[in-house]
Amino acid sequence: MSQATLQIVKISGHAGPVPGAGVERAEQVCKLVDTTTCIGCKACEVACLEWNGYTFTDTVFDNSYQTMPDTAWNYWNLIKFNEHEREDGSVTLLMRKDQCMHCAEPGCLAACPADGAIVQYSNGIVDFQQANCIGCGYCVSGCPFNIPKFNSATKKMFKCTLCSDRVNEGLEPACIKSCPTGCLHFGTKDDMKDLAETRAKQLRENYGIEKAGVYDPQGVGGTGVIYVLHDVTNPEAYGGLPKDPHIPWVVKFWKGPAKWIGNFAMLFGVVGVTMHYLRFGPKPADDGKNGNGGQP
Amino acid sequence: MSTSQVIRSAHADQQSDGRILRYTLSERVQHWLGAFTYIYCLITGLAFWSPYMFWLADLVGGGPTARFWHPWFGVGFALSVFWMYKMWRGDLATTDADRRWWKAINYYVENDDEKLPPVGRFNFGQKIFFWLMFFGVILLLITGLGLWFVESIPWSLRWLRYLAVTVHVVAALATIGAFIIHIYMSVFMEPESFQAMIHGRVPSAWARTYHRLWYEQVTKPSSAGK
Repeated sequence: MSQATLQIVKISGHAGPVPGAGVERAEQVCKLVDTTTCIGCKACEVACLEWNGYTFTDTVFDNSYQTMPDTAWNYWNLIKFNEHEREDGSVTLLMRKDQCMHCAEPGCLAACPADGAIVQYSNGIVDFQQANCIGCGYCVSGCPFNIPKFNSATKKMFKCTLCSDRVNEGLEPACIKSCPTGCLHFGTKDDMKDLAETRAKQLRENYGIEKAGVYDPQGVGGTGVIYVLHDVTNPEAYGGLPKDPHIPWVVKFWKGPAKWIGNFAMLFGVVGVTMHYLRFGPKPADDGKNGNGGQP
Repeated sequence: MSTSQVIRSAHADQQSDGRILRYTLSERVQHWLGAFTYIYCLITGLAFWSPYMFWLADLVGGGPTARFWHPWFGVGFALSVFWMYKMWRGDLATTDADRRWWKAINYYVENDDEKLPPVGRFNFGQKIFFWLMFFGVILLLITGLGLWFVESIPWSLRWLRYLAVTVHVVAALATIGAFIIHIYMSVFMEPESFQAMIHGRVPSAWARTYHRLWYEQVTKPSSAGK
């Protein structure tokens, strides 16, 4: 939420270009989540609550280790637990830390109609500015990862900030700081990508996990959170991580060509009736042929 | 109010001051209720539609306020349109006179009204406007509920979210097109009809010229007594 020294490169619902965008370039920041070394301890969930000032709230038990079925407006970081049957019939528990992915091309920002309610900083963090949020929920339709959540009391949308306030001060995000196994890493996108690829190669070559790979979906231009998965060909198994996420084409059409088609049509309507008025003018109260009150 | 009641009261009024009652008080009230709620939804909807029109939200108290009231006014508009349907149902059926009038629509557009076949209380253009608003508001209401309670649509059915956004926009644009023509016709093209929607009455000559069949119906003494 702090944006004092962070340069903004994208602004939601903004008329015209973004002031100052492209003036300076910054390293893209990135979280790396290595699902192969996650033990599901939920320290990251607690650290997230603590740093962001939320207290634990009621939840739903659905026969799983998972804290709650989905992230919430005041619960931005959730480890998704999924029982998974391997090809040989044995069962494993897949655990994936779910949170905002901080897409390079954010669908929430594309869908948002409120000026400045969602911004992207030059370091790649996508942040909600609740002061500008109108609570319309369009970001819910724009997000391919089902992340933005509505606070019905304040009528504002919330999600993970990637601890932009900490990152701004040179600290790593709270979840990263709390991880006891080191499965969470934070750094520049290039470094994290490098580290992830190294780890995936190690898993393939030294551990015989042939399908191990890095999840950094290009459909949204790459993400500010990347995963090392045991089976990169089946991300859906990790609590519904989409295989090929992209901004829904409906949202792209709605926020792109539809705007100009619609605006042109409305303008055409107004100009059309004005031209008609100038050409034909108003209808007389009486056409002059029946003006004497007689029966027609 | 049924047509026969309109006829009765119209006849009584015509006797007194030579003008004909076109819209009863309750018809005028429901019309302006619909107009007020529609215009509110139009202003706030345009604000949400384009960043270049977001300033429109400031006219009604800012973005969050506009967002809070837009769906409620939408529900109000839908209710007012359904009330119109209840009141005007009998006058809105397409007749043979409408079909003849529609074929000669170019005379209407070019203000050669004396060449047009006579029509009843509403001409076919007005009927099209009503039906467009009627079906438009049904779509807007259904899809609007989807946008209002977007998180209630499960993730697995998210295509409904996308459908709601699309249909809401298309239906809204269709009603805006109809609305532009409606305002133009009633305020600029036929100022008498604007006065009629405020004061309720029209000059006999206007009624005779533009709604001949209706004029004959309401001024025929035998029908008034029924």
